[in-house]
Amino acid sequence: MNLDILSYGFMQRALLTGIVVSITCSMIGLFLVLKRYSLFGDALSHVAFGGIALGYFFNIYPIWTAFAVSVSTALGITKLRKSTKISGDAAIAVLLSSGFAMGVLLISASHGFTIDLFSFLFGSILLTSMQDALLIVAVSCGVIVTLIAIRKPLIHFTFDEEQAKVHGIPIEKLNYLFVALAAVTVIATMRLVGILLISALIVLPNITSIMMGKGFKKTMMISISLSVSAVIAGITISYYFNLAPAGTIVMLMVAMFVGTLIAKHVGMFSTKILNENNLSATN
Amino acid sequence: MVSKPTQFEDGFRMSVNALDVENVSVSHNGALAINKISFNVQEGDLLGIVGPNGAGKTTLFRAILGLQTYQGKIKLFGYEGSQYTTLLSMIGYVPQKVNFEPNFPATVYDVVAMGILSKKRLVKGASLIQSCGCCWNRIFSTSSKDHEKIEEALKIVGLESFKDRRISELSGGEQQRAFIAKSLVKEPLLMILDEPVTGVDMDVQNKFYSVLRKINKENKITIVWSSHDLTAISDLATRVACMNRELFFHGEKEEFFANKDMLKTYSESAMQLHMHKHDM
Repeated sequence: MNLDILSYGFMQRALLTGIVVSITCSMIGLFLVLKRYSLFGDALSHVAFGGIALGYFFNIYPIWTAFAVSVSTALGITKLRKSTKISGDAAIAVLLSSGFAMGVLLISASHGFTIDLFSFLFGSILLTSMQDALLIVAVSCGVIVTLIAIRKPLIHFTFDEEQAKVHGIPIEKLNYLFVALAAVTVIATMRLVGILLISALIVLPNITSIMMGKGFKKTMMISISLSVSAVIAGITISYYFNLAPAGTIVMLMVAMFVGTLIAKHVGMFSTKILNENNLSATN
Repeated sequence: MVSKPTQFEDGFRMSVNALDVENVSVSHNGALAINKISFNVQEGDLLGIVGPNGAGKTTLFRAILGLQTYQGKIKLFGYEGSQYTTLLSMIGYVPQKVNFEPNFPATVYDVVAMGILSKKRLVKGASLIQSCGCCWNRIFSTSSKDHEKIEEALKIVGLESFKDRRISELSGGEQQRAFIAKSLVKEPLLMILDEPVTGVDMDVQNKFYSVLRKINKENKITIVWSSHDLTAISDLATRVACMNRELFFHGEKEEFFANKDMLKTYSESAMQLHMHKHDM
C-alpha cells in the first residue's frame, strides 16, 4: 500500500473532518458518559434527522435546519426535565421518538429526497463537500475551544452538581451550554458515521479509556487517541477494501473496547470498573 | 436586601458572627422539616450539632448552603443577599456521602483540584471579610500556587501518598478525607460537615477526628459539624446545638453534657458516652 490515498481531495476532506469530529466526540462524550447521558447523542441525532428532513422539505441547506432543530430541542428538553422532573431516560425516549417521527412524517409528505437522507442515516464521509467540510471543521473547533475554556467548572459539575453549585458554579447556565454543545457535536458527526451510529463514537472510546484507570486528563487523551486512530484506520481500510467507512470505524472501536475489556480481565489495568462503590477497597 | 455589620463612631467594628441563623423554617410539601431554628456560630468555633435521624440537620445545612428554600434569615459574617452568595462559595462543605459516578476517572488530586477557587472570587471574598472587621484564617500564603495548595491540603488530611489513585478506589473514610482536602484548598471561611464519618469503622473515624481537630485548632477554621457520636462531640466541639426539628439547646459543651434530661432524650448516644467514660 502506498499513500496515494492522500492525493485525492475527497480523502483529504474525509480525513480532516474525521479527525476533528472524532476529537470533539471524545471530549463531549466523556462528560455525557459520566453524566449517564450516553444515549443523549443518539436521541439528538434522531432529532437531527427530523431537522434534515425539514430542510429538504422547505428546500433549505439541511445542516442549518438540523442545527436549529437539535439545539432548540436539546435546550427545550433540558428545561422540561428541570420543570417536570422527567427522568433522563424518559426524556431521551421522548426526544428519540419525536425527532424520528418528524423525519418520517416529512418524508412521507414529500418525495424525491430519500437517497440524500440515507446518506445522513448511514454516513457518507467520502462524499463530504468542501462546504460541509469547512462547516464541520469550524463548528468542531468552536466546540473544542469552548470545552477547553469551561473544562474546570464542567468537570466539577459532572462530578457532583450540588458541590458545584455550592462552589459558585452557575450550574443551570452551564448545563444549557453543555447540551447545546452536545447537539452541535452530533450534527457535525452525522456525515462521518451517520445518525444511527453517532452514539458509538460518543460512547465507545470513552468507556474504553475509562477502563484504563487513569485520571481525568489522561482518560480524555486516551479516548481522543483511540477515536482518532479508529477514524484514520477505518477510512483507510474502507478505501482499500471497498467497505462502508462508518461501519468500519465503529467496528474498530468495538474491537478496541473488547480488547481493553480482555486486557483488564487478565489484570493489565488495576482499577475496578462497573462495580458498586468499593468502600472497603483499602485502608 | 443587604445588611452590613454595624460600625461604631470611633471606627471600630462590632465583632460579627461567622454564621447567624434566625428563625429559619423549612417545609416539605406542607410538613415542617425544621421550625424556627435560631443560633449563631462565632469565628473559630467548632459547633457540634446533635439530633436523631430526621431531626432536620441536613435540611438546615442545605438551607445555609443555598440548596434549599427557607423562611427566616441566614447571615454569613453579617452579610445577606448577593454578598452572602459571594461568600457562599467560600464555605467548605462535606456531605454525608458525595454521590459521584463510581467509574468517574478522577484521581484524588483531580478531586481536590476541583475545590480551587478562582483568584477573582478569593479577592472578592477577602474584601468582604476585611470590611466586616473579621480576620480570614488563610491556610495558604497568598503567593501559593494551586499545585502547592493541593499538595498542602493532601498533607493536612494525610492523603499525600494517595494523590494518584482514583477516588473510587479509596475507602469511605479516605474519600471523606479527600473531600475535606477539597474543601480546604478553597481556603474556607467556614466548614460544614454533615455526619461525615457515618458508617465507617472506628479507626478511620479516629483519623478523621484528628484531622478535624487539626484544622480547627491549627488552621483556626470555623466548623459546624453534625454527628450522632456524642463521644466525639464531647472531645472535639467547643459548643453544642441539639435539635429535633426545633432547637432544644445551644450553648457551651459542658452545659450540654451536664444536662441529664437532654442526654436522656438521646439515650442511645448517651449510653455511648457513658461507656466511653467508663472505659477511661
